Amino acid sequence: MTTTALPAYDDAVARYEPVIGLETHVELGTATKMFCGCRTEFGAEPNTQVCPVCLGLPGALPVANRAAIEATIRIGLALNCDIASWCRMARKNYFYPDMPKNFQTSQYDEPLCVEGYVDVEVDGKEYRIGIERVHLEEDTGKSLHVGGATGRIHGATESLVDYNRAGIPLVEIVTKPVPGIGALAPEVAKAYVAELRDIIRSLGVSDVRMEQGSLRCDVNTSLNKPGEEWGTRTETKNVNSLRSVERAVRSEIIRQSGLLDDGVRIFQETRHFQETTGDTRPGRSKETATDYRYFPEPDLVPIAPDAAWVAELKAALPERPSVKRARLAEQWGISATDMQSVANAGAVELIEETIAAGASPAGARKWWMGELARRANETGVELSAVGATPAQVAALQKLVDEGKLNDKLARQVLEGVVAGEGDPAAVMSARGLGVVSDTGALTAAVDEAIAANPDIAAKVRDGKVAAAGALVGAVMKTTRGQADAKTVRELILERLGAA
Amino acid sequence: MAAISREEVAHLARLSRLAVTEEELDRFAGQLDVILQSVARVGEVAADNIPPTSHSVPLTNVYRDDVPVPCLTQDEALSGAPDAFEGRFRVPRILEEEA
Repeated sequence: MTTTALPAYDDAVARYEPVIGLETHVELGTATKMFCGCRTEFGAEPNTQVCPVCLGLPGALPVANRAAIEATIRIGLALNCDIASWCRMARKNYFYPDMPKNFQTSQYDEPLCVEGYVDVEVDGKEYRIGIERVHLEEDTGKSLHVGGATGRIHGATESLVDYNRAGIPLVEIVTKPVPGIGALAPEVAKAYVAELRDIIRSLGVSDVRMEQGSLRCDVNTSLNKPGEEWGTRTETKNVNSLRSVERAVRSEIIRQSGLLDDGVRIFQETRHFQETTGDTRPGRSKETATDYRYFPEPDLVPIAPDAAWVAELKAALPERPSVKRARLAEQWGISATDMQSVANAGAVELIEETIAAGASPAGARKWWMGELARRANETGVELSAVGATPAQVAALQKLVDEGKLNDKLARQVLEGVVAGEGDPAAVMSARGLGVVSDTGALTAAVDEAIAANPDIAAKVRDGKVAAAGALVGAVMKTTRGQADAKTVRELILERLGAA
Repeated sequence: MAAISREEVAHLARLSRLAVTEEELDRFAGQLDVILQSVARVGEVAADNIPPTSHSVPLTNVYRDDVPVPCLTQDEALSGAPDAFEGRFRVPRILEEEA
């Protein structure tokens, strides 16, 4: 416990220079695990996606998943890395029940991809984040600690382990230390993870969902006085959202500066980010230095990507997300900030496809960023899984443009589409939601509204045309919103001789 | 000079969670020393132009396609476990690390 109050963030970065580094784990979206043919579906019953290989049973032999190797190389290429012409997997030995083999198959001194970079933009300025390495390993099992009061490991009497996740291909992306970003360190860290997420998403090799753990981030932070050597870093784990990346760096800068001000030495440790409080707490103790006794995995032969294959993969890389965003923002006539919201909502491709299916940029964006984004938020699904396709959204907008639906009715139709009732036209006719602009059908409703509101009708007759709005409202009400407001208005004015 | 010390053997035993008695430490240190010295002798023969061998067969790029194959059932998976609970392997508490 320090005796002085923690200095505010601005004070901290005025006196100390932060250096950050990020280690990101991305679970690949392959159909099978890294070294065996077990399925990788999320949410299966415990220990139903396991086999002798991923359970580490004696005599089982691993064989590498070609798709995972390819995905890792593509990630490396997209991050401007050099691809190793020859490298090996390694055993990382440790005693912990989350890996039944008592080692994790990983890469050590021979990563598949090295020496890359990612450019990120913060406040209109570009920062280049160096990539130290991108390597391939396998994910671990999931432990449930029971018996303790808290459900945390401290105080638990036993652990229950599910190995469905054990062996799923995991790509680790490690940055070089990033100095010289001063007070912007938290934003740069966040922008890097966001850019990394967008790049990997554009490659289609992972769904990169932080809240589901398919993208996990560890943040290293150290402080030094200007002109002095870099300080000792701490590693913050459990950072599960973009916002948390920013908060974790910020709180660690404040915490460390408080200690340094008090003359307390920072020691290298793993800390855990606390989502509720936004600060970090000490994690595993490093009293006994970790000794993983890495050695080349004898059961897996070396990986030697053919240069022609790598060149082919490189040539086929998709457009970089930042370039694509800038291009689309211009085409769609929206600001960079609006484009960023679209990207954050995972709506770029959806809107693009909706436009390709015939909708206007404004129309496409309106549905995906409005009604559908709200619904995805409420139900906790990705926008792409919300239940409407770009073609359906384009068809819906077309019905609005043709005057067959008004906004209110279109929302109801969309509700039906999302509920799986079919395409917009089908939902419209099944639910009887079309706009009624046929004058014959509307005249009765108009006459009824006039009869029910003699005072208003009198005002309109006297030339107060603006008062007609109330009568339009009454007609809309009796027709359950299905009347075409423009036609109704014309009819009312005509009947009252004010046209 | 011994290639491995008694302390190093104790360290390895700890990492492997093996309970080793004082007498065993003496015995294993001696035995492991013989093995390591033999390996060191091979190392003396290796010239600079001979890379260390990690794999005995000169193969690279052995992959499988990303196609699922049937897994074990939950019962089969847990059949060899000393203890299980609600479809999961049950293991003693783990003290040193946070998961």
